Amino acid sequence: MKTKIALLGTAAAIVLAPASAMAERERGSSGHLNIIYWQAVSTMNSYLSGGTKEMNAASVVWEPLARFDDQGELVAWLAEEIPTLENGGVSEDLTTITWVLKEGLLWSDGTDVTAEDVVFTYEYCTHPEGGCSYRDRYAGIESVEAVDDRTILITFEDATPNPYIPFVGAGAPVIQQAQFQDCMGARAPECTDENFAPIGTGPYMVENFRPNDVIEFVMNPNYRVPTQPYFETITWAGGGDATGAARAVFQTGEMDYAWNLQLAPEVIEQMEGGGMGTLLVDFGPLMERIEINFTDPSPDLPEGERATRMHPHPILSDIRVREALSLAIDRELLTEIGYGPTGRPACNFIVAPPAMVSPNNDDCLVPDKDRANALLEEAGWEMGSDGIRVKDGERLELLFQTSTNAVRQDFQAIIQQDWRDIGVDTRLRNIDAGVFFGSDPGSPDTYLKFYADVQMYASLFEGTDPTPHLEQRRCGREPQPSTQWQGQNINRYCNEEYDALWAELNREPDPERRQELVIALNDMFVQDFAHLPLVARGRVSAAANTVGGIVMNVWDSEHWNQAEWYRIEE
Amino acid sequence: MLSYTLRRLAFAVPTVLVISLIVFLMLDMAPGDPTASLPLTIPLEVREQIRISLGLGEPVLVRYFKWLQMTLVTEPLHVLAGLTGWDIAPDGPRILSWQTRSPVGDIIVQRVPQTLWVVGLGYLFGILIAVPIGVISAYRQYSWFDQVGTFVSMVGFSVPTFFTGVVFILVFSVWLGWLPSMYDTTHVVRDWSSFVFQVKQIAMPVAVLALFNASQISRFMRASMLDNLNQDYVRTARAKGLGEQTVVLLHVLRNSMIPVVTVIAIGIPTVFTGAIITEQIFRVNGLGDALIRAIYVSDWPMVQTITFIFAILIVLFNLIADVLYGILDPRIRYD
Repeated sequence: MKTKIALLGTAAAIVLAPASAMAERERGSSGHLNIIYWQAVSTMNSYLSGGTKEMNAASVVWEPLARFDDQGELVAWLAEEIPTLENGGVSEDLTTITWVLKEGLLWSDGTDVTAEDVVFTYEYCTHPEGGCSYRDRYAGIESVEAVDDRTILITFEDATPNPYIPFVGAGAPVIQQAQFQDCMGARAPECTDENFAPIGTGPYMVENFRPNDVIEFVMNPNYRVPTQPYFETITWAGGGDATGAARAVFQTGEMDYAWNLQLAPEVIEQMEGGGMGTLLVDFGPLMERIEINFTDPSPDLPEGERATRMHPHPILSDIRVREALSLAIDRELLTEIGYGPTGRPACNFIVAPPAMVSPNNDDCLVPDKDRANALLEEAGWEMGSDGIRVKDGERLELLFQTSTNAVRQDFQAIIQQDWRDIGVDTRLRNIDAGVFFGSDPGSPDTYLKFYADVQMYASLFEGTDPTPHLEQRRCGREPQPSTQWQGQNINRYCNEEYDALWAELNREPDPERRQELVIALNDMFVQDFAHLPLVARGRVSAAANTVGGIVMNVWDSEHWNQAEWYRIEE
Repeated sequence: MLSYTLRRLAFAVPTVLVISLIVFLMLDMAPGDPTASLPLTIPLEVREQIRISLGLGEPVLVRYFKWLQMTLVTEPLHVLAGLTGWDIAPDGPRILSWQTRSPVGDIIVQRVPQTLWVVGLGYLFGILIAVPIGVISAYRQYSWFDQVGTFVSMVGFSVPTFFTGVVFILVFSVWLGWLPSMYDTTHVVRDWSSFVFQVKQIAMPVAVLALFNASQISRFMRASMLDNLNQDYVRTARAKGLGEQTVVLLHVLRNSMIPVVTVIAIGIPTVFTGAIITEQIFRVNGLGDALIRAIYVSDWPMVQTITFIFAILIVLFNLIADVLYGILDPRIRYD
């Protein structure tokens, strides 16, 4: 599961560090740490932002009851242990879960952490006027109650096979009631001081915050592990660009950790030559794909019927055409050109966690244009004189849209050529990301409207449970005029068998059976060529060789174990 | 002169108001969505909630007048209160940036010093370099100095700052290791060594900008000097037996400065707008950086306010340039 490329320095240091030296390390003994986020952090209140950068920054201050480790396993964090069916923490009918806080927990201001704070967090995020970004974490909950000072009882509306969503992971941390009680609902954004310097239980406290610029952290004197954190202070700089951030770690050594280095493979390779840092890559559920429109996006159709299930796609409704398009693509080549070591060719809808990945679709790695041509012939598409196939006087022409981004435009050009080789003419279009990924129902250019034949983007899911992600492709979940074009069944897929299988998954508590069902759903979707997986994309960061203790984590914040980072003594 | 100035000022007010309306409406109609930059794991219903909480529910004219009132009254008063400690800050809502959910005025106040230091110094040094080069180039037209000066300014003018900036970083930070490649905005000048550090971290961005500005202004200076050197009054001055130094530096330079001063004055607003690209390369967190990042994530309140401030500055400095023109050259006074 872990792929750490050239993590030699850090790995060697961990192996070589004698056990005694580890034990001697004291709170604050490692001095100062410099982190660079080239997309600067805008606020410390991750509930108001929803961005990954804000979630990461907040995660060194705010902590959840439990979080995921680097293997995707649940670890009790503020809670004493993970409640399960076996230890009675989860009720037999799967409708309640009972968390117990660790004993003696303190906020950084020295006051006690109580179950009331947890209840308050729920109320804060679910306030109808609040605009909380992680509201879906607290969906389907009937009540959250404080049973006593340390015990929290969550009652769900229905039987919930996966109750580990509220207060679990970096996106759902516990906040302090005393600090935020006057910041509920519409008042939330007005609490600038609170939002910029939240009080937490984590290893660090905010000393100075400048929005979109820099955060200065100091150790939390009340942190529950007496010997941690090792770094006394952190400067969390923001701004510049990805290249500059990589340069500062690899070549000039000004920075110790750089986040999200989405750079061209050759740039990364050249930078690594600087020798002062190592690239950290790990693969989660993020996958770049081509979505195939099952409905007709023709502009001749009236608005309100265009790209809806009223009109099936005239070309792409034929599975043979979809399969041919998939067969023509060289995924290995795309990965090498676009992502290098930070990507892996993908053939599945669910690409992580490993136990849930289907082994049945790997033949997509080898492109087969002969077979693609044969399939198109079979489907009645005859090669025309200009090298483009024709059927009943219609040319095999597709509109291919994506967001504006150098790698995506490279991919478009390569795929256009691949498809041309099998007689498919592709028109390319790219749309500013701010528009493409927007959800304004009035805009014709969003990925939700999908006024094109095929489109490319990357998507992922939270946590380790793909059930909600698979749920998105159910019939009726597609964006359509009656839902203000909201919905995540982007390709308008509709398959009764798929829906029935998903319903089974949603009821199933047994982990092994769940795995089987996820794989079956994945195979059904992929073998229907409902979308074309291209590349599984890793999380990419860089760390200086002098920093130890970093454990890259794709299931939670990258800073989930910030307290354990330390400076390697020369 | 005074009545002219007042008349121009009176005209400037409606101009600025019209600009404010255009800026507001254009951005309001722009197709960006502030929730587009959020991860796709955030469901669409939640996005809708976020949009409502950003105040996008109200009619556009209501939002315009609220914004105008906050930009012209509330925010300046808050900024003034923050700077002076007077208790004049009004209650009520302020313009909130969508990305940070904090008042736009506070962010601008945080950003201005960096921009003034880096871009302002770049402009100042640019002028200090450009004027002597322009004068000497013109006086010794087609000499080797003029040729070299022409070449350097052509290079400085045509090579973009995102290229010179990266070259500077490669040479001085990566190879030689003399200067930091990133600007540390938390640095405070306390003593001699911290001052030296400040000079070091400011050196590269200032040099890049000074080179760019100097190449432009030196060409203006040279052209203007050449125009004047062939004038009759210069021949008269020489015929009267005045020394070359007096002729060039007193008579010619003074007259040649008139158009150059205008160019410099009109260019001052660009100091405030910051050098977006240079700020980004060197991670200087100034106004230009704030503007471009706000554009990326469709943070319209931020973009509207910064753009409007720039508009005011441009109108203001155009006015100043016109008035200066009249002061320097009595022949073209308008009254």
